[in-house]
Amino acid sequence: MSREAVLNGVIALGLLAVPLWAWAADEPFVITLATRVAILALAGVGLNIALGLGGLVSFGHAAFFGIGGYAMGILASHAQSYEPLMEWPVLIEGTRSMPVIWLVAVVASALAALVIGALSLRTSGVYFIMITLAFAQMLYYFTISWPAYGGEDGLSIYLRNSFPGLNTLDPIQFFAICYAILLAALFFTARLAKSPFGLALAAARQNAARVEAVGIRPYRVRLVAFVISAALTGLAGALFADLNRFVSPAMFGWNISGEIMVLVILGGVARLFGPVAGAALFILLENVLGGISEYWQVFLGLLLLGVVLFARGGLVGLIAGREATHD
Amino acid sequence: MSALLLIEQVLNGLQFGVMLFLMAAGLTLVFGVMGLINLAHGSLYMVGAFAAAAVAAATGSFLLALAASLTAAALAGALVELAVIRRLYDRDHLDQVLATFALILIFSEGTRWLFGSFPLYLDIPDYLSGPVTLPGGIRYPLYRLALIVIGLLVAAGLFLLIARTRLGMRIRAGQSDREMIAALGVNISALYTMVFALGAALAGLAGALVGAIQSVQVGMGEPVLILAFVVIVIGGIGSVRGALIGALLVGLTDTLGGALLPSFFSLFMDPASATSVGSALASMLIYILMAGVLVVRPSGLFGRV
Repeated sequence: MSREAVLNGVIALGLLAVPLWAWAADEPFVITLATRVAILALAGVGLNIALGLGGLVSFGHAAFFGIGGYAMGILASHAQSYEPLMEWPVLIEGTRSMPVIWLVAVVASALAALVIGALSLRTSGVYFIMITLAFAQMLYYFTISWPAYGGEDGLSIYLRNSFPGLNTLDPIQFFAICYAILLAALFFTARLAKSPFGLALAAARQNAARVEAVGIRPYRVRLVAFVISAALTGLAGALFADLNRFVSPAMFGWNISGEIMVLVILGGVARLFGPVAGAALFILLENVLGGISEYWQVFLGLLLLGVVLFARGGLVGLIAGREATHD
Repeated sequence: MSALLLIEQVLNGLQFGVMLFLMAAGLTLVFGVMGLINLAHGSLYMVGAFAAAAVAAATGSFLLALAASLTAAALAGALVELAVIRRLYDRDHLDQVLATFALILIFSEGTRWLFGSFPLYLDIPDYLSGPVTLPGGIRYPLYRLALIVIGLLVAAGLFLLIARTRLGMRIRAGQSDREMIAALGVNISALYTMVFALGAALAGLAGALVGAIQSVQVGMGEPVLILAFVVIVIGGIGSVRGALIGALLVGLTDTLGGALLPSFFSLFMDPASATSVGSALASMLIYILMAGVLVVRPSGLFGRV
């Protein structure tokens, strides 16, 4: 086993061990923190498919995070008020069932990514960064000025949604759901990276002209990767909204896009467990530094600057060394 | 809607547009010459506004406040360029985005540390306050009119600087071939610092000028930054002329959309839903404009293909 595989195992077990300890020691706050780590890591795993594998620097993944959040908020608020979402041509009711909400979140963010990606991928480089950012901002202003679902104030959901056979209001059970989804997403990503599609995507990042020469259209491969990436981030958004039982336009904020990207980078770009390590570090810093100083983000900024300028490869790269297979 | 109100909205759009141009000009110059995407440009806008508010509170002079905004932003820009930005020129865009995102965090929280979380206020001086009557009987705030004039003068000055001076010649040379002008003996790192400081000064000036009609607070720079991105994507990254056209387009679209769309929808909807649909659509209008431009011209109106 390579050092990275060992490290990945340590990270995965660590993220499981901490909340289990907290459960035994009756520290629900720590379980909530671990749940946030798992959810943010899931968002990061999503972004990492576009960013790490595909080399697509999307600065607008908050768009999908927010769409996932609003999918949960809208469905649950209709279930809460017993008003159907739509009566014509078919009757659609709100729901409290997590699997249904997840499905809607995934499909809605994938569809949004299909439109945003189809437009944004016509461009590349710096244009792509700015355009993805602009689309997220467009949804941000749309949710602020659309009064039907709370506008600027957002939507509060009084009860966490339900999952068959589990009590989701129990922190450890909700953590278990998020952790299981995160592991499934990591497994899926690992398989994806080794599949013909993942290889084509990585090749398109390294040399688009050659990929085109063997008969694969980079545009199409990238678009599919962007859609998959957005779907995972959208799922994370739905879970995040369920964790807080609250959605607001802030989920579409540009700083959310930045933070998802930051945790991918802190952990290590294109590393399977990079986002998990990064999310854990991010939450740890937020709570340790945040306890010392109200202005902890200054230190986060300095740390990030240090990682970008001097320690490329992030946390996983620092510990596990450079990848054995160079690209 | 009456013609007078419409003209007023057009003036508001122009005012918004020229201020966006001051922001976008620096961004597009820095990208054109150094190939750098700078998210921290909004922080320099904020630095200018805070410097102006602090100096205005201490001295009471608006002109000194404007001078302070230019100086403080240019200094902050030069400092940041020397300490961080110049290490990023030969990095990829991802590194540039992250490092400048880190700079935003440092600038924002640092400013909050120094000045606190409460907004500061910058007063419009007496000689620029109050309305003025324009030909045709339109009463319009003198200060906003002054903003349009100042913005257009700065734009003209910038075009002269780029077209007619030695520095401008070097900037244009830098845009077409960086290695070549370095090989010809131009001190390229001094040029980079100067261009960055120039862009920063323009952003700082915009921050101070807009700060007098809005409040001066932490985080004021980022929404403007994102609009400036939209502007330069529409105009074509690297083109100052594109930035001017793009800024005016965005300013006018946003202002007129917000004013006209709700009344347009009320023609065939009940007032309440017309207002909500109209304002929701108006808030998205500039992004729709941007998407439209990109479909037709992926590298912007004046971008090099």
